[in-house]
Amino acid sequence: MIKIKRLNKFFGELHVLRNIDLQIDESEVVVIIGASGSGKSTLLRCINFLEYSQEGEVIINDEVIDPTQTDLNRIRQEVGMVFQHFNLFPHKNVIENIIEAPVYVKGLSKNEAMDIGRALLNKVGLSDKENAYPSQLSGGQKQRVAIARALAMQPVAMLFDEPTSALDPELVGEVLQVMKELAKEGMTMAVVTHEMGFAREMADRVIVMDNGMIIEEGSPKQIFENPKEERTREFLSKVLK
Amino acid sequence: MIETVDKIFSILGESLPALIHGLELTIFLTFTSLLIGVLIGIIVAFMKISHVRILNRIADVYLTVVRGLPLIVLIVILYFGITNIVTLSRFWAGVFALAFHNGAYIGEIFRGTIQSIDRGQMEASRSLGMTYFLAMRRIILPQAFKRAIPPLGNQFIIGLKDSSLVFVIGLNELWGTGQSIAARTLMQLETYLIVGLFYLMLVLFFSWLVERIERKMDVEGKREVIRL
Repeated sequence: MIKIKRLNKFFGELHVLRNIDLQIDESEVVVIIGASGSGKSTLLRCINFLEYSQEGEVIINDEVIDPTQTDLNRIRQEVGMVFQHFNLFPHKNVIENIIEAPVYVKGLSKNEAMDIGRALLNKVGLSDKENAYPSQLSGGQKQRVAIARALAMQPVAMLFDEPTSALDPELVGEVLQVMKELAKEGMTMAVVTHEMGFAREMADRVIVMDNGMIIEEGSPKQIFENPKEERTREFLSKVLK
Repeated sequence: MIETVDKIFSILGESLPALIHGLELTIFLTFTSLLIGVLIGIIVAFMKISHVRILNRIADVYLTVVRGLPLIVLIVILYFGITNIVTLSRFWAGVFALAFHNGAYIGEIFRGTIQSIDRGQMEASRSLGMTYFLAMRRIILPQAFKRAIPPLGNQFIIGLKDSSLVFVIGLNELWGTGQSIAARTLMQLETYLIVGLFYLMLVLFFSWLVERIERKMDVEGKREVIRL
């Protein structure tokens, strides 16, 4: 479903992604781990073209995406994204946040969008917060709204960029719970996270990045119990205390 | 003291209609020029944040000219410059000069508040498939305009007071009217006290209005002041 071929990305002189090859199949949950600065988030952001790479190809549903030719807004509708800092729209309440894009991008009627929005709020367990403003929500609630907002566009895949890193520890669980349900429903997901528990339990495949490269990939069992690379072992020993 | 009060009343008795007329002209000048100034400001703000080099440059030159020239110099240059090319009433020449001046500062206010909106807002909007312009219109600008209200209110008050400078091109607004009354009656201090009082009342009214708008729009940070 998502294919990345020999992707190279530079920030000025800095070579942040080196020859990345990656394939994410339909309904697959791929978890990307690695030290900070290893290029995980940048890789994710290259998939929906929040960042442009200098070399390589991104292929979504067999379509090679050329950012100068393809309508990126169409691609971005297909691939939802959830951010570390939620990025909810503070001047809109919860339901307005969710229906904004379905109404103004997809052109749904407000009523249709409201139906979708309410169903999604129910799914993330926040039906009672429909009219609350983001400033009135906890971090965990904000992130669940952000997930609902992305899902409202009915994407075929979801990208999660450290969705729990900005949360208080006791709020991490509720967000992971929503993500687990999503994974069980067969959503195609790419998740950058430091939650090794989630990776172990939910990942079909774990990708380990270091210094802009994919240094190792495999099943959670393989990566966590029998890592081949020294740098993987080093990283895991630091995060799994 | 009593003499001064007497003189003030005598000026008011004799010249109140002229002063009111001057006051009206000041209000009208201010509002029209600030309205056009806001339009110029929006355009300049977008030119500044645009990725098109030439637009940045044009905006920079404009800002440099306005910042670098005393307003009174700008007014006469524009007045004699414009009236050379097109016939324009003094009023509109004055309006245009003030708008030209205020537009630069208003533009900087808008640019600042647009850029103060967290970039995550644009990223989230784009990630949902919004175009740049839709994201600007629906997500960024509403937040930026709200943040612009306090500095904008401040600039409006400055603009109101600066409007007194168009007397140099012969407009009889409040200050200009005061000058002719002072010259005729030779009661300079008293006349200017009245004029000053009129400006003060206008500014107070305006501040009150801005305050109300801020409260109504629930501008961030208006309710809570952090004390350390």
